[in-house]
Amino acid sequence: MAEPRVIIVGAGPAGVRAAEVLVASGVRPVVIDEGRRDGGQIYRRQPEGFTRGYDSLYGTEADRALSLHETFDGLKDKIDYRPDTLVWNISQGRVWTNANGRVDDLEYDALLLCTGATDRVMPVKGWQYAGVFSLGASQVALKSQAVSIGRRVVFMGSGPLLYLVASQYVKAGANVVAVLDTAPFFARIKALPKLLAEPGVLWNGIMLTRMLQKSGVRLMTGVKPREILGDPETGVSSLQFEAGGKIHEIACDAVAMGHHLRPETQLADLARCAFRFDSVTRQWLPVVDADGRSSVDGVYLAGDGARILGARSAEASGQLAAMTLLSDMGVAASDRWALRQAVANYARFATGLAEAFPWPHEQIADLADDVVLCRCEGVTVGEMRRVDASEANRAKAFNRVGMGRCQGRYCGLAGAEVLAAARDLPIEAIGRLRGQAPVKPISVGVAEDEA
Amino acid sequence: MSRSDVIIVGGGLMGCSAAFFLRQRGRSVTLLETDLVGRQASGTNFGNVRRQGRPIDQLPLANRAIETWRKAKELLGSDVEYLQSGHMRVCYRDRPENVEKMEQYAADARQMGLDLEILTGNALRARFPFLGPEVLAGSYSPLDGHANPRLASPAFARAAKRLGAEIHENTKMASAEKIGTDWEVRTEDGRIFHAPILLITAGAWGDKIAAQLGEPVPFATLAPTMSVTEPVPYAIAPAMGVMTPVEEETVYFRQVARGNIILGGSTRAVSYPDLYRAYVLPQNTVSQLQQIRRLAPALGKLNIIRVWTGIEGYTPDSLPVMGPSGKESGLFYAFGFSGSGFQIGPGVGETMAELIDTGKTDIPLAGYDIRRFAKA
Ligand SMILES: Cc1cc2nc3c(=O)[nH]c(=O)nc-3n(C[C@H](O)[C@H](O)[C@H](O)COP(=O)(O)OP(=O)(O)OC[C@H]3O[C@@H](n4cnc5c(N)ncnc54)[C@H](O)[C@@H]3O)c2cc1C
Ligand SMILES: Cc1cc2nc3c(=O)[nH]c(=O)nc-3n(C[C@H](O)[C@H](O)[C@H](O)COP(=O)(O)OP(=O)(O)OC[C@H]3O[C@@H](n4cnc5c(N)ncnc54)[C@H](O)[C@@H]3O)c2cc1C
Repeated sequence: MAEPRVIIVGAGPAGVRAAEVLVASGVRPVVIDEGRRDGGQIYRRQPEGFTRGYDSLYGTEADRALSLHETFDGLKDKIDYRPDTLVWNISQGRVWTNANGRVDDLEYDALLLCTGATDRVMPVKGWQYAGVFSLGASQVALKSQAVSIGRRVVFMGSGPLLYLVASQYVKAGANVVAVLDTAPFFARIKALPKLLAEPGVLWNGIMLTRMLQKSGVRLMTGVKPREILGDPETGVSSLQFEAGGKIHEIACDAVAMGHHLRPETQLADLARCAFRFDSVTRQWLPVVDADGRSSVDGVYLAGDGARILGARSAEASGQLAAMTLLSDMGVAASDRWALRQAVANYARFATGLAEAFPWPHEQIADLADDVVLCRCEGVTVGEMRRVDASEANRAKAFNRVGMGRCQGRYCGLAGAEVLAAARDLPIEAIGRLRGQAPVKPISVGVAEDEA
Repeated sequence: MSRSDVIIVGGGLMGCSAAFFLRQRGRSVTLLETDLVGRQASGTNFGNVRRQGRPIDQLPLANRAIETWRKAKELLGSDVEYLQSGHMRVCYRDRPENVEKMEQYAADARQMGLDLEILTGNALRARFPFLGPEVLAGSYSPLDGHANPRLASPAFARAAKRLGAEIHENTKMASAEKIGTDWEVRTEDGRIFHAPILLITAGAWGDKIAAQLGEPVPFATLAPTMSVTEPVPYAIAPAMGVMTPVEEETVYFRQVARGNIILGGSTRAVSYPDLYRAYVLPQNTVSQLQQIRRLAPALGKLNIIRVWTGIEGYTPDSLPVMGPSGKESGLFYAFGFSGSGFQIGPGVGETMAELIDTGKTDIPLAGYDIRRFAKA
């Protein structure tokens, strides 16, 4: 049999560990990543020339980061690595790429999507002002460029990333004035049994909160955002919120917002993978079996791009999917039991996290009519409520929510909540915005590669 | 069981506008639509409201339609973003014979009340400085324009409903049978509708229904390629398109008031009418972008943010099937609009309503007779 053509999209922990497994079995995969360097989101490498150490960049995860980077460096001449390359479409067994304005297409026998996640954001009145960033963007600014998003930064949202990025800012010497969590404190207590599935990770989380407290950062739970005040010229000036039955206002020039993550599933959608509704996180996820197979033959999913289980799980699920792929292709069989168990355990922990730091869907359903919902197209919550539709794609056709540059990445989930509440329908009845190529914008000027 | 004067099968622009004009004439109407109204070709098309380039004997129909487009907002009570900002059709230097064809067409069109202006050389460059060096000449139609397809058919359906039409979405016709003087239409979920008149406006699915009713039509379905850029300042009023016999070269673009530029045309993809789905082929996107750069090189600086397609039905002569059945009384067709049904849509609905209501129309329909495909 000719050597199987395997393509991995994503060089984060899932993609790197998958490539390692494939190479060990004598397969030379193509590894494509739109980033300039490997590492993915959490283990993002600083640009060449920056010299910060692993401890300062990756904290408790420094050893894992180093191990992943070293593994990938060792694989480089055994794989076909294509950095700075966006996969913008998948069609008829081919992956379509765009690298520096040149378009190319590659045929595959097996495709492993390790596309990771992006921020899940709740709209807040005023979130369109300069100075409002997602948690992810705030972290990227710090990790990649060593800069803070402002001089007085408020972190608002929920989820482990909220505390993590806030603590990274504190460590880097930035001025974090408050960390505001929309989740009530008791939710954490209730979720404790599930969180104990990963005691190490739980402990790290507790230590983070302690560290923030000791540094004098104001920590509040059960918060309901009211408004980010500011103006279009000068950006953010303060933040107003409710907590404990009172209205508070904090002066700040930057707000980092996020409610955990959402998987990047557009490529799986374009590969025509089936989706299912996940009631714990209230989002649609690609169907994936315990071994990493999608509903489409030859297409595999791993890491946070399949479901949000975190970086450690991404390494395990990347290995697992690669082994499954090899065994499905008759290349190599291996015992996958331990990896399956590990991923299942991370899944239990992730459910605990989702319960401890829930997506505040009631707050979203309650947003005022004049709040901007879709920032790309400037559509308000009120326009969504009034739309003559009760399904996500139909609403988009009429009011453009999700039609802009980000293709609904930032507004899609919140838009569905607003519509569901306004129509008194369960959220799953609203459906999901269909993925449309290009996954990210491509230039009208693209040229095709000469074969 | 429900009974009305007319059952319309298919809620695209043809079906929705027919429902509206039938209600204006006081006929009771039941419209059945598999999905939601205006979600197929009528909701996914490029949005050209262009008369020029159509067969000369289609211009009376197109002129009738333009009257409705112009007053759509008042007539329907909602905006369909119709912009009468002109339409420009150009040809390339490697086909100089097209200039003569344009001039001939302009002369013929003038007889039918459509004024076109042929532009070449400096006049062309001064008016449209963004056109590429390969462009030789153009035919400008100041009174054509474009509209928003996502809004048009639902607007007709809502207006028809306000006038009393029954619109059944998520309702797929399974079979139709003539029982006495009535048509009995059964839906996939087992409901039954009766009417003395049946109008089939099922777009790219029309051939299946016509075949069921004993009048097969040679038919192909394809999925044209569409893209849209990020918004940029509004600067290009008319819709622009290329006149060429080569499919790959046939591209067009228009800028909407919001600023985005919509790109259409070049090679088309296979489609899956049974699934009501079609998928853009990336190679078609790439060829479309190449051709767009020939037409207007500066567009090469923009980014596309989304691509899409829809399913269109084509007959061998690229003309629709429109008019009464060749076999059964009380049966009418209006489908297979072969890639150019959006502009004439409201005219089709109005004409079918007139034909059904009065038994005749002055709009020439002879070329669209379903019997033209019956084997001798
Ligand atoms: C903004 C952000 C910050 C995070 N910070 C932390 C943290 O500090 N600590 C923590 O424990 N967890 C963090 N997480 C979660 C953690 O990043 C993930 O659990 C982990 O990175 C998942 O690994 P992965 O391999 O699945 O995906 P990722 O590490 O996200 O890697 C996915 C890769 O795929 C590439 N890719 C995606 N789509 C395409 C495409 N179409 N074409 C080409 N390449 C593509 C991306 O460039 C990326 O390199 C963060 C997540 C996000 C989104
Ligand atoms: C991508 C694309 C670009 C185009 N660009 C242009 C353009 O710029 N200008 C122009 O003039 N034309 C254009 N066209 C053509 C134009 O869109 C069509 O000719 C026109 O919309 C056809 O309208 P319709 O109502 O016949 O079909 P459709 O809009 O497809 O409506 C037919 C309806 O029938 C329904 N149906 C089918 N079977 C059944 C059943 N058994 N029971 C109930 N309902 C059923 C379908 O669900 C569908 O909604 C384009 C077409 C496409 C696809």
